[in-house]
Amino acid sequence: MGQTLLDKVWGAHTVRELPNGQTQLFIGLHLVHEVTSPQAFQMLAERGLSVRYPGLTFATVDHIIPTDGSTRPYVDGMAEQMFVAIEQNIERTGIPFFDRSTGRQGIVHVIGPELGLTQPGMTIACGDSHTSTHGAFGAIAFGIGTSQVRDVLATQTISVAKPQCRRITVNGKLADGVFAKDVILAIIGRLGVQGGVGYAYEYAGDVFDAMSMDERMTVCNMSIEGGARVGYVNPDETAYAYLQGREYAPKGDDFDSARQWWSGVASDADAAFDDKVDIEGESIAPMVTWGVNPGQVLGVDELIPSPEAVEGLERRSIEDALDHMKLTPGAPIAGTPIDVAFVGSCTNSRISDLREAARVAEGGQVPAHVKALVVPGSQQVKVEAEAEGLDDIFRSAGFEWRDAGCSMCLAMNPDKLVNDQVCASSSNRNFKGRQGSPLGRTLLMSPAMVAAAAVAGEVTDVRALAAGKGATNV
Amino acid sequence: MSDDGRITHVAGTGVPVRGNDIDTDRIIPARYLREITFETLGPHAFEDDRKQLNGKHPFDDARFTGASVLVVNRNFGSGSSREHAPQALMRRGIKAIVGESFAEIFFGNCTTIGIPCLTLPATQIESLQSLIEEAPETALQIDVGSGAITAGQATYQAELPASVREAFVSGEWDALSSLLESDDAIAAVHDRLPYISGWPAR
Repeated sequence: MGQTLLDKVWGAHTVRELPNGQTQLFIGLHLVHEVTSPQAFQMLAERGLSVRYPGLTFATVDHIIPTDGSTRPYVDGMAEQMFVAIEQNIERTGIPFFDRSTGRQGIVHVIGPELGLTQPGMTIACGDSHTSTHGAFGAIAFGIGTSQVRDVLATQTISVAKPQCRRITVNGKLADGVFAKDVILAIIGRLGVQGGVGYAYEYAGDVFDAMSMDERMTVCNMSIEGGARVGYVNPDETAYAYLQGREYAPKGDDFDSARQWWSGVASDADAAFDDKVDIEGESIAPMVTWGVNPGQVLGVDELIPSPEAVEGLERRSIEDALDHMKLTPGAPIAGTPIDVAFVGSCTNSRISDLREAARVAEGGQVPAHVKALVVPGSQQVKVEAEAEGLDDIFRSAGFEWRDAGCSMCLAMNPDKLVNDQVCASSSNRNFKGRQGSPLGRTLLMSPAMVAAAAVAGEVTDVRALAAGKGATNV
Repeated sequence: MSDDGRITHVAGTGVPVRGNDIDTDRIIPARYLREITFETLGPHAFEDDRKQLNGKHPFDDARFTGASVLVVNRNFGSGSSREHAPQALMRRGIKAIVGESFAEIFFGNCTTIGIPCLTLPATQIESLQSLIEEAPETALQIDVGSGAITAGQATYQAELPASVREAFVSGEWDALSSLLESDDAIAAVHDRLPYISGWPAR
C-alpha cells in the first residue's frame, strides 16, 4: 500500500515521537504577523530563549493595518503599539520582515505563495487558522496558537498529533459562474463545520486538477471552516509553473532538482485513505451562506431552510441563526438586500479573484446606499491589478479601491460593519460579530457573486450576468 | 495544579454555556486581539453575546460566579486559532471544559495552557448542564487521569485522548521543555531537508 502526501511530508519532518505520543514535527516555514506574535516573543524573552532558526521565519503586517491610506503613527493607539511591538521583535531577532516599505507587504497567506516561500513538501505553520491555504502547493500547513508560535521560534518544532486523511474527490466540470469558493462552500455544506476535525483533507479530481493556484488556495484556505486544520492538493505542473521565477523559489538547476523532489511527495496512486468522499462538479451552484457559520450555506437558487425540519439543539442552531440574520424560512436567498459588499481576505483577494469581480462589476453601478470596497491581498496584487486597469473598473462602478490587508474580514482595522448591516463578502467567516459589529450580518460568496450583489444591491445569481459577459470558469 | 505542573484533578462549581459551534470570535471578539498581552482579556470573555443577552448570559449570572468548570455543547471553539480565546476563559477562572466536542486548534491551545477539555456524549452534556442550572452550588470533581466526573451524587465517565491525559498528569502539557530536549535531532531534520540545506546537484 502506498503513502499519502500527508504520510510522506509528516515522515520527512518528524524529529521524534514525544513521550505523550504526539509527534515533534519540524516546521520548514514559519510565517508571523502582528496580532498573534507579540505574546510569543514575550514568552520567549521571559524564558531566556532565542530564535532557533531566524532564517526560517518571515513576518508581515496584515490583520490590523489600515487600508484607507492612513500613515504612521496610526490614530488607533493600540494598532500603533502592535506595530511598534513587531518592529522591535524583528529588530531583536533578525527575522525577515515584509512591511509596507518593501512593496511586498500583504496578507500572510497571499504573500507566502506570491514570494515563492510556500513550496511543495514543506511543513508550514503560522499563528492563523487560515494557514491551511498553503496546502494548495502540496505542503502540510496549519494554524497554531500563540504558545506554539513561541515553540516554533524557540525550537522550529511543535508537538502535534498526526491527523487522519480524507480524500475529497470532485470530478466533472463546474458550470459557468461557479468558482473555487462555491466548491469549498459546497463541501463544507455537505460535511459540516465539524466534519473535518481530526482530518487532513486531500482535494483530488478533475475540478482541482483544472484549477489555477489562486483557486486551489481558495479551497485549501477554507479547510479549517470545515473543521480540518490541514487541506492540500497534490503538487503538479500547475504548481511548478506558478513557482518558476518567484523570488524565493529555487532557480536554474536547483529548480529541476526541486521539481523532482516535489513530484515525489505527491500521494501514491495506491495510497490508503481513512475516508473518501465524492462530489460531482456539475452539482455545484453559486453558493451563499444564510446563517452564522460557513456550513449554513445553500445554492443561490435555493430557499432559506426552516427550523421545523430538524429537532433538538440543531433546531435551536437554525432558529438562532435565522434570528440573528433576520431572514425568513422558506424565502429565496436571492433578492436579499445588502448594505455592504467586500471583496478581499486571504480566501479571495488574489489577482484572479479581482479579475472575476471586475468582469462582473464592469459597466455596472453600485447603488448609493451600498458601500462597496475592494481590498487587494498584497501590495504586489494591487500593483498588478492597477497595471491591468482593474482599479479604474472598480472605481467607475462605485467601489472603493484600498491598500492591502485583512480589512473587513475580521474588522481589526477601521473597516467594520455598522449595526445590523448585511454584507456580501468574499471572506471566510460569517460568525456573529466577525465583521466588527455584534449585530452585523455576513453572507459569504465568491468574489464574482459579491460584485453582482454590489451592483444589484441584493443577492443575485451571477450565472445570469456571467452568461451575458462570457465569463470563464475552471 | 501541583507545584510541578501536574494537573490531576479539577474541582469547583460549573457554568453551562449552551449552543453548538460557538466560535472563538464569540468567545473573544477580534477587537481585543489588539492587546499585546493576554493579561487583560478575562473580563471580555463572551462580551458580545453577553451584551445581546442583556445580563442573562451564564457568565453574568450571579449563581455561576466563581465557576471553574465550563460545560458546553458541540464543536466549541471553532474558527480562528486565537489563543486569546482560552486565555480569556482561563483569566475568568475556567480551569477545565467539558463538552460534546471541540474544534481542533482550540483544543490544542487549551492543552498548551493547562486547561483539560473532556468530552461526554450529547445526552450526558445535557444532563450535566441541567444539573448545574438547577443546582449551581453543586461541587464538581474531575479526575483528569481517569476521566471520571462527579457532580454531587451524579457520576459521568468522560473521554480525553491518551496523549493529552498523559501530558496533564505528568505535568508536561506545556510541550516546550520536551521540545527543547532534542536539539540534535532537530538539527538533523533541518540538515536533511533539501529545501533548507540545498538541492542535490543533478
